[in-house]
Amino acid sequence: MIELEEVSYGYGGGTLLSEISLKLGPGSFYFLTGPSGAGKTTLLKLCYGALTATKGRVTLFGQDAQPMSRDEVALARRRIGVVHQDCQFLDHLSLGENVALPLAVAGREEAANSDLDDLLQWVGLTAQKASRPPELSGGERQRAALARAVIMSPDVILADEPTGNVDWEMSLRLLTLLVELNKMGKTVMVATHDMNLIRAAKAQVSARVLRISGQRLQLAGADL
Amino acid sequence: MAAWGNFGAFLTGDAQADRVVPPTGFTARLTVFAAASMAFLTVFALALSLAAGRLADRWGSELARSSTVRISAPADQMDAQMLAVMEVLATTPGVLDARPLSEEEQFALLEPWFGPDLPLDTLPIPRLVEVNETGDGYDAVGLRNRLAGEAPGAVLDDHTRWREPLVRAADRLRALGLVSIVLIGATTAVMITLAANAALAANAQVIRVLRLVGALDVYIARAFVRRYTLRALAGALVGTALGMIAIAFLPSADSTGGFLTGLGFQGLHWLWPLVIPPLAALVAFWATRTAAFSTLRERS
Repeated sequence: MIELEEVSYGYGGGTLLSEISLKLGPGSFYFLTGPSGAGKTTLLKLCYGALTATKGRVTLFGQDAQPMSRDEVALARRRIGVVHQDCQFLDHLSLGENVALPLAVAGREEAANSDLDDLLQWVGLTAQKASRPPELSGGERQRAALARAVIMSPDVILADEPTGNVDWEMSLRLLTLLVELNKMGKTVMVATHDMNLIRAAKAQVSARVLRISGQRLQLAGADL
Repeated sequence: MAAWGNFGAFLTGDAQADRVVPPTGFTARLTVFAAASMAFLTVFALALSLAAGRLADRWGSELARSSTVRISAPADQMDAQMLAVMEVLATTPGVLDARPLSEEEQFALLEPWFGPDLPLDTLPIPRLVEVNETGDGYDAVGLRNRLAGEAPGAVLDDHTRWREPLVRAADRLRALGLVSIVLIGATTAVMITLAANAALAANAQVIRVLRLVGALDVYIARAFVRRYTLRALAGALVGTALGMIAIAFLPSADSTGGFLTGLGFQGLHWLWPLVIPPLAALVAFWATRTAAFSTLRERS
């Protein structure tokens, strides 16, 4: 579904990622680790078309990302749910409106109400539907971001440090939600530096662990 | 049909799409005020242009069909030359009628300069003949030659000398009015572009989030474009209404009405200002759309 072939990325004359090859197949679960600044977020952005590779080829659902227009990237992104560490909500809209935003921009408002209520119940935020994002706790915001990422029923879910701002209990709860999504057939990739979370996941799901080190991507399963 | 459908959808709007951009008080007020001010000024520029046009038409058509023959001759030859002039005019193709001005009419013409006590009968004042032309007009060169032969003291003045500069001035004034309207439109576009750019910069996070959830450029742009178009329309409606009221309360033209007293709209010309609000909305639509797509391109 998403494939990177010998992809490099850099800016300002420097190279951040070099000759990365990665294939996210259907129904697979990946963890992406590495020290801060190693390029985890950059790699995720390459995977959802927010950045363009300086070398190599990124394929989104069978289509070369390089010549894709902004609108073509936007259409591809509807098949990719993204969860950011800082969540990125529109603070003047309610939680419900924020979660339903992908449906609204895709012109599928008619599906919003039923899907939204089911989804908010799944992430345990039914009571907060009318609240504004600044009124929510860190854990609630992360769960809301996850709900927004999956409301379009995407094929792939990319999560960038989704547990970075929450306590351990909430981290496990978010992990459980991601594992549930994977068991429903979704491809999941989680960027994190929390090795405890990865170990906890290993007990629930068959996950591959990738590490960015020295600008390159390595399979890191043996380290766990 | 599809274009009209899209335009209809644009006007009726999408409540959710409108809500994704938070209300921005400052730029909203700025846009409405700028549109209202510019529409107000456009009403006056339009009135000026139309009035100048009327003036040019009047001077160009009415005065072009009249001329004057001035007879300067010794007193003992004056009647004979007047008779000769009238005979020449009566037999000149293109002359509709000719009439010597009476002493009272000549006195009335001179009174503003020399006062009411002018002893006209004691002064060697030239006699004047008012000539009206047919629609086709006469051959001025031929008439001058015939007058020179029949009445050596007669001079034909077809008003060209002073009419043409006036008509040119009125035409120039009309053009200036139109140029003013174009400049006002361009200034409106610039101001709305600046306001839209400020709003786009202030809403960088909104654009980031919309991109993240798969919004197409047209969806993001429409949220801004529709808002600014409607604000410009509302402002221009208010400005146009105030401008029309101000014009309506200008002093009305009287029989000696000069240019200033004739500045208002006349008849169907009152419909022209109604074009201003939709034009302002069109300018705002174009300006905001250009600004929005330019911003989206820069941030891709």
